[in-house]
Amino acid sequence: MNWTFFHKLGSPKWFYEISGKWLPWLAILAALLMASGLIWGLMFTPPDYLQGNSYRIIFLHVPTAFLAQAIYVMMACAGVVTLVWKMKLADMALKCCAPIGASFCLLALVTGAIWGKPTWGTWWVWDARLTSMLILLFLYMGVIALRGAIRNTNTAAKACAILTLVGVINIPIIKFSVQWWNTLHQGATLKLTEKPSMAPEMLWPLLISIAAFYLFFTVVLILRLRTEILDRERRTKWVHKIVAAGAGN
Amino acid sequence: MSAASLEGSKAFVELVKRDLVLAFRTPGQTLNPVAFYLMVASLFPLGIAPEKELLSQLAGGIVWIGALLAVLLSLDSLFRSDQDDGSLDQLLLSPHPLPLLVLAKISAHWLTTGVALIVMAPLLALMLHLPTQAFPALMLSLLLGTPLMSLAGGIGAALTVRVQRGGILLTLLSLPLYIPVLIFGTGAVQTAVEGMSYSGHLLWMAALLMLGLCLAPLAIAASLRIVADG
Repeated sequence: MNWTFFHKLGSPKWFYEISGKWLPWLAILAALLMASGLIWGLMFTPPDYLQGNSYRIIFLHVPTAFLAQAIYVMMACAGVVTLVWKMKLADMALKCCAPIGASFCLLALVTGAIWGKPTWGTWWVWDARLTSMLILLFLYMGVIALRGAIRNTNTAAKACAILTLVGVINIPIIKFSVQWWNTLHQGATLKLTEKPSMAPEMLWPLLISIAAFYLFFTVVLILRLRTEILDRERRTKWVHKIVAAGAGN
Repeated sequence: MSAASLEGSKAFVELVKRDLVLAFRTPGQTLNPVAFYLMVASLFPLGIAPEKELLSQLAGGIVWIGALLAVLLSLDSLFRSDQDDGSLDQLLLSPHPLPLLVLAKISAHWLTTGVALIVMAPLLALMLHLPTQAFPALMLSLLLGTPLMSLAGGIGAALTVRVQRGGILLTLLSLPLYIPVLIFGTGAVQTAVEGMSYSGHLLWMAALLMLGLCLAPLAIAASLRIVADG
């Protein structure tokens, strides 16, 4: 197998160039999917027989909660790449993911609380799933704070990678908390191996909005990464060229 | 047993001895977390209500939260004084495996902090009217939980050892790892208060302790090396 693409991926310059080409297409696709998924879900899907219209927040709650966990796993993978192959780009991704992941985690908690009020009759319960999502938010905050506390970029990179890897222990706890402790939060509705326990006219907009949020995350991540790349590579010639061209416009 | 591993275990014992001697020579500093523990636990009856029925419900949680905060308070000094006087660099340079030496430091930390907290726990539980049938659960859960907190907190302490005024950061890094321990610990006490079998919670904590014993020294050693390079 040809591995040159893998080495290329580690080059900030190559990533900056290629991501500039992808970015508009990804952004358009994200906007289209987001609009169709949310408009379909919020306006045209029939109301739930039990929860009425209040269940519609699922189209925000489920994608944000998915992403909050997926971004952490992605950060952990980036952490392994940082520690093993010492790729600069992996650490930049780890750094840029943390605030996005924290925002999604907060959004998942807030939308969950708004959903919980009419459905469970309370904004917050100390249920296993909710508590472990709160821990996840603390983990994100810890990674962000540690990055801010260490001056040296290389040290901060490796320290954050280790901290992220240690926190991975929380991900299976979140995933299985609902089955292990069988508390108020419901189990998974979407499973890869089984037929979903959801009507198709609700399932499709949900799947579309999940895809839309993943794309939205990718777009935001690329925007942040490009800024981070320019900042860290500011002493290189190719960045000087870009900055000079930008100043000339 | 080969000569190298024999030397390693000797270094382990010597390091534990050294840390214990240092701790006993400054009893004021060593006992600080214990005094803090007492104070935190006595704030709850004053802050909430001194009624016996209410307190006996909360006692397990109060003793556990007090222990957690006391461990958190003591963590900052785990590597800090070694860092200040340069002996941490000597540990990093030593030919013995660093995770082993780290485990020695953690053991000494547990012997000076964790054990003191466990010894104090029945007294506090008595003051807070914890039902008698829950005492074994409290002691056993603390016996499993305090070394786990020393191990997990060591990671945060290692990562922040060169950060100026890293105390708050250390708290933020350690807290997510402490919450599961707290949940299982108070869970064990609560089920014992209700008169049910609490072995499930203790087995979970024992499993986590095994995981911590195997992996935390590696993570702490790696963190110390990373932070020392910067």
